[in-house]
Amino acid sequence: MPQRRSKPLRKLINAEASGSFLWPADASVALGDLVRGTSFGGALGALAGRSVVLATPDQLTTALALIELDGVARRLVLCPPDLPADQLGYVIATAQTDAVVAGAGGPPAAARDLAVQATCSPAIVPADVTLADPHDTEWIMLTSGTTGAPKMVVHTLASLTAAIKPIASGSAPVVWGTFYDMRRYGGLQIFLRAVLGGTSFVLSSASEPMSDHLARLGLRGVTHLTGTPSHWRWALLNPSARAISPRYVRLSGEIADQAILDALREFYPAAGIGHAYASTEAGVGFEVNDGREGFPASMIGSEGAAVDMKVVDGSLRIRSVRTAAHYLGREASAGPGAALLDADGFVDTGDIVELRGDRYYFVGRRGGIINVGGLKVHPEEIEAVINRHPDVQMSLVKSRKNPITGAIVVADVVLRTQPGDGNDRSAELKREILQVCRDRLPQHKVPAAIRIVPSLDVFATGKMTRHHA
Amino acid sequence: MSSIKSTIISQIEQVAEEQKVKLPPLTDELVLLDSGLDSLGFAILVARLEDTLGFDPFTASDDVYFPVTLGDFIGVYENAAKTLEAAS
Repeated sequence: MPQRRSKPLRKLINAEASGSFLWPADASVALGDLVRGTSFGGALGALAGRSVVLATPDQLTTALALIELDGVARRLVLCPPDLPADQLGYVIATAQTDAVVAGAGGPPAAARDLAVQATCSPAIVPADVTLADPHDTEWIMLTSGTTGAPKMVVHTLASLTAAIKPIASGSAPVVWGTFYDMRRYGGLQIFLRAVLGGTSFVLSSASEPMSDHLARLGLRGVTHLTGTPSHWRWALLNPSARAISPRYVRLSGEIADQAILDALREFYPAAGIGHAYASTEAGVGFEVNDGREGFPASMIGSEGAAVDMKVVDGSLRIRSVRTAAHYLGREASAGPGAALLDADGFVDTGDIVELRGDRYYFVGRRGGIINVGGLKVHPEEIEAVINRHPDVQMSLVKSRKNPITGAIVVADVVLRTQPGDGNDRSAELKREILQVCRDRLPQHKVPAAIRIVPSLDVFATGKMTRHHA
Repeated sequence: MSSIKSTIISQIEQVAEEQKVKLPPLTDELVLLDSGLDSLGFAILVARLEDTLGFDPFTASDDVYFPVTLGDFIGVYENAAKTLEAAS
């Protein structure tokens, strides 16, 4: 077993965290109770050394399981909330999972045959948990892949927490909040910041309307709040945006344009406003706190920085101790994108930047990847689903600019038989195609609009013409 | 009811049906965020309206803010339509 590079998460929780809480929509859990107790009943021992998939229905139980199982399990797999049920089997097989942690409702069907079935409950029972010989637990995070199967990204607690600085002593109390789900990288960062700093954390809830979430953040006295530019655009439309008065506002996960930075500055004049570059693979790259979009060119190639950055063929590459180690299940495949790190240990982010004056600006993504409100969408994945419809010959999924989510997915579809004049089934077919998409894809991947077109441009190589950013 | 208004109302009803959202009465005073549609719902609505009406007033101009009430939302589309008509 490799030597652990950091203490297990349970031991890293600020021991003075007696006044710190995890606050989901309907509960309050004291971090101090968790340091001195367990939410697994007596089942923790059975999970030792296992590869564990966390298939809990809510973020709180995921949070509790992470705190308890880091150092205990060999591998922890975090399932994002919109993981389609038919992909869980792939995830379990690829991570060689032999245990599942579920909520009170029991595990999902694909996990019912695993050797160990454990339940994590928000009711914490006092217990003296000792961690002898802790594992260097792998944390597996999922991101969207081109084929529909998720990419499985391997982190450790050390890589996930490398960007987190200790809170200066004597500073005013901090309450973290986020619009992200903590089972994704952006939300997990905030969870880890909160528990390592011994500060309270207001969790988001998928079913909660923005107005209720903002009101709850206000009641809990949130001081540090994070989300994507789309989250923030949506929040600022809400009268309840006045319910909060954060000291620090942070944007990540999408290009933060000058318009949203200015709008936040106007709305929360007392707040520090920063935008951060981070991704599941590259980790936290950098933060920009000067209120301007883009980032100073001096950040590229600066010696001795915590994060090495370079631009190759227009795309930003990042190397640091915060990056993920590798992908699971793709080691054997070849070709571009199979390896997470290049020969020099850099992650190719696929984010295209352009130098104007003394600043770099993000201009879009290579490979046609669409960013819908911070969630990555590969056009090929959606095209494969559309092409399942028996009347579809081919399809092209594209990005369309959107005032709320930044971009949204639309599709052009070529039918096998051209609709005749008196026999136009277009409207019916569009409905059917959308239904196929809704059955198989999370909502943000379902095209907002479908156009039936007579043909699509195809290159001599047989590849469709994609118009990249 | 203007044709733009009826188009917007029917598209909102369509998106709500797809998202399995039960809409409150669609009055001019309705605060959009109280409609039950989420941000993705409104993103889809704007994309659909671009296909039916032929324009997206928010993306076409940097000066148009996303409105708070349904009446203001319809007004943004009606004003954009008038501007386009005058320009053609």
